Amino acid sequence: MDDTNLAIAVTGLHKSFGRTRALDGLDLTVTQGEIHGFLGPNGSGKTTTIRVLLGLLKADAGTATLLGGDPWTDVASLHRRLAYVPGDVNLWPNLSGGEVIDLLGRLRGGLDTRRREQLIERFDLDPRKKGRTYSKGNRQKVAIIAALASNVELLLLDEPTAGLDPLMEATFRRTIEEEREQGRTVLLSSHILAEVEALCDRVSIIRGGKTVETGTLAELRHLTRTSITAELAGPADGLHTMADVHDLHVEGSRVRFDVETHSLDAALRQLTAIGVRSLVSQPPTLEELFLRHYTEETARANGKATTS
Amino acid sequence: MTTLVAPPVTGVGTLLRFALRRERIRIPIWVGALTLTTVSTVAGFPGLYPTAASRQSRAALMDSPAATAMSGPGFGLGDYTYGAMLANEMIGFLAIFVALMSVLMVSRHTRHEEEQGRAELIRAGVVGRHASLTAALAVTVFANLLLAVILTVALGGMGIETIGWGGSALFAASLAMVGIVFAAVAAVSAQVFEHGRAASGIAGGLIGVAYALRAAGDMGIDSLSWLSPIGWAQRTKSYVDGTAWPLLLGLVVAAALVAAAYALSLQRDVGAGLRQTRPGAAGASDVLSTSLGFALRLHRGALIGWTSAMFLFGAMYGSLAAEVETFVESNPEMQQFIQQVGGASFTKSWLAAIMSMLAMVCSVFGILAIARMRTEETSGRAEPALSTALTRTGWVAGHLTVALAGGAAVMLACGLGLGLSAMASTGDSSLLTGLLGAALTYVPAVWLATGLALTLFGLLPGAVHAAWAVLVYALFVGMIGPLLRLPGWLNDLSPFFHVPQLPAADFSATPVVLLAAVAAGLVAVGFAGVRQRDLESV
Repeated sequence: MDDTNLAIAVTGLHKSFGRTRALDGLDLTVTQGEIHGFLGPNGSGKTTTIRVLLGLLKADAGTATLLGGDPWTDVASLHRRLAYVPGDVNLWPNLSGGEVIDLLGRLRGGLDTRRREQLIERFDLDPRKKGRTYSKGNRQKVAIIAALASNVELLLLDEPTAGLDPLMEATFRRTIEEEREQGRTVLLSSHILAEVEALCDRVSIIRGGKTVETGTLAELRHLTRTSITAELAGPADGLHTMADVHDLHVEGSRVRFDVETHSLDAALRQLTAIGVRSLVSQPPTLEELFLRHYTEETARANGKATTS
Repeated sequence: MTTLVAPPVTGVGTLLRFALRRERIRIPIWVGALTLTTVSTVAGFPGLYPTAASRQSRAALMDSPAATAMSGPGFGLGDYTYGAMLANEMIGFLAIFVALMSVLMVSRHTRHEEEQGRAELIRAGVVGRHASLTAALAVTVFANLLLAVILTVALGGMGIETIGWGGSALFAASLAMVGIVFAAVAAVSAQVFEHGRAASGIAGGLIGVAYALRAAGDMGIDSLSWLSPIGWAQRTKSYVDGTAWPLLLGLVVAAALVAAAYALSLQRDVGAGLRQTRPGAAGASDVLSTSLGFALRLHRGALIGWTSAMFLFGAMYGSLAAEVETFVESNPEMQQFIQQVGGASFTKSWLAAIMSMLAMVCSVFGILAIARMRTEETSGRAEPALSTALTRTGWVAGHLTVALAGGAAVMLACGLGLGLSAMASTGDSSLLTGLLGAALTYVPAVWLATGLALTLFGLLPGAVHAAWAVLVYALFVGMIGPLLRLPGWLNDLSPFFHVPQLPAADFSATPVVLLAAVAAGLVAVGFAGVRQRDLESV
């Protein structure tokens, strides 16, 4: 990939806080113009990565390039070209939401006032309320509007929809779609899989401060298993011995199993050889993929806890 | 039909244990520091004042308007025993810090909890309406009583002549009484003000009012001292002819204030003040959109509060300037003393001493302003701001400008109040310019305290509150230093000690320039530190 095409290029990033290792050789590549999903269990290092990209934290080792610049040294010039929505928005108690939107926009180097009005209306925000009187969702809206009202190249969004109601979440998705049409690059950290599925061109899954999976959703689907339920004409022979078949259940003539997507072909040949009366195939969902990554993490952590 | 109504303090036991756990480090530090300061000061007495004659010469020094305004009414000056010395010269200084401990503790467990939203978590449990406030007061009263017991044992156990068990118990109980009254004051202000900072700030300001009232009272207008809890503590006359009934007065007032706090708490919602928050502007003004305007907006309330409060404090002390002459006239020995020494008038020396104390208080604004940056950082509010084109240098520069310029403004407001009111009370118009000059002279020392806070913020952000040490030390050197006849270098450690004592002495540029240079160096180190460290968010 040509480096000039990359909005974010991170390789081998390390960051420790005391004895806690937050990032342990993380890699992340985001191409210009794409919406990149950034996923991982709680505490896996997503926010730390974003903070390094914002120049708020200094990496211990590894390289990070943002829009062709160094996030630690080129703060002002880079920050004019990006906007950020934190996952947990804390507003100033004595500033109104409208003031915060203007303040952050102007400190960034200016904001599009028409876009600002449009977003305030679209997200149904009362800009005259003071910081503390906003609910969590409304605080989140203030940060989203502040970020989207500026004409920037890159949006860094750290769980931006946490606390939004479903209606506002849909509004958010529609708005991000528009941003994509404008050619903006988005790094979207999220736990809402439907959101990731609807928006993201590519995703990176991280765990324990390392990247474990990265690719398009289609590529990732290939890494998952398809569930097959079938009514067979004869005894379910041969399936037991197939390496890529998991969780096989046989009840009389009914079989139920999961198969690695790349061995789907072989498994189906085996079934048709026996004779198929009915067949239900469930396509791999992202949820399964994530749950597998997330639970492997939990299993590994639990394993560690019992052995240490 | 009977209905079971849970008492309004349900859950107070659990909350109290929880509060004690949260204070398990702070209470020992406060009690230990206050006890150690007292004991180590008293331990120096026999060496410093071995004879009755040496104690009487100290008593003669204390019989001056400046000493009276600074310390106390001077009970027992006729026979200045070690006990009388301790009570007269230390009770005021200690009372300020005991009161501060109480105010901070009560605010921390009430309004600050509500502000952080943690109170909701607690109140959602099986917890009565008054349980939180009751637990906050109980833990604070406990800290004060613990201090009283430990101080009594420590002082009584020293076995120093005239510092007996009875006197020590009364002395320690007087301090605890002041602490409990201010705990009750903080309980009320926590109901009235929505922001924790305002709630503890107003209660803290009232400590200053109490100190100033007793200064005025002790200098002649006796009734004013009876309006001040610190005045009541002094009027137990511990170690002289001890009388306990002012303690009772304190407890009655504390009980009334606590009742008022409970009543007020029923008038409001959790998290809200007594007054509804008004809606704000729909958009930001052009001024707000710069780093300086942004910082100014965040510090606006504090700046207005501090300039007006210090103007009023200055005016309050300035109005006593005429009393100085009356005080001296009623004291023939002192008139003789002045004639011998010559030089500056007693009024001017008195004003210079007052200015020095007020300058130390003024330096609080700058330290608070820098500490505010730390709050911005840890609360996560700095993060979105620093994710814009605003650099860290720009961010710090905005806050620092407000801290430095605001510190100078607070100092000048204080000098103006002191000067105007001293001019009005004595009719000497030269005092106004003299005191404005004095205030300006203190600005570099005030800046040095701000600079130290910034250095800590840059290098050891978690320890930014250690900057308070410079202020506490300066107050110690200023108030207790002469009593202890501290060696020169210990005095020199206080930046305020180097400032020329205008209007009593002439201006001298060297110390002022040096203080400004040290302040500039600390600021530079602070900037460098902030630029290269991680931002710590939640």
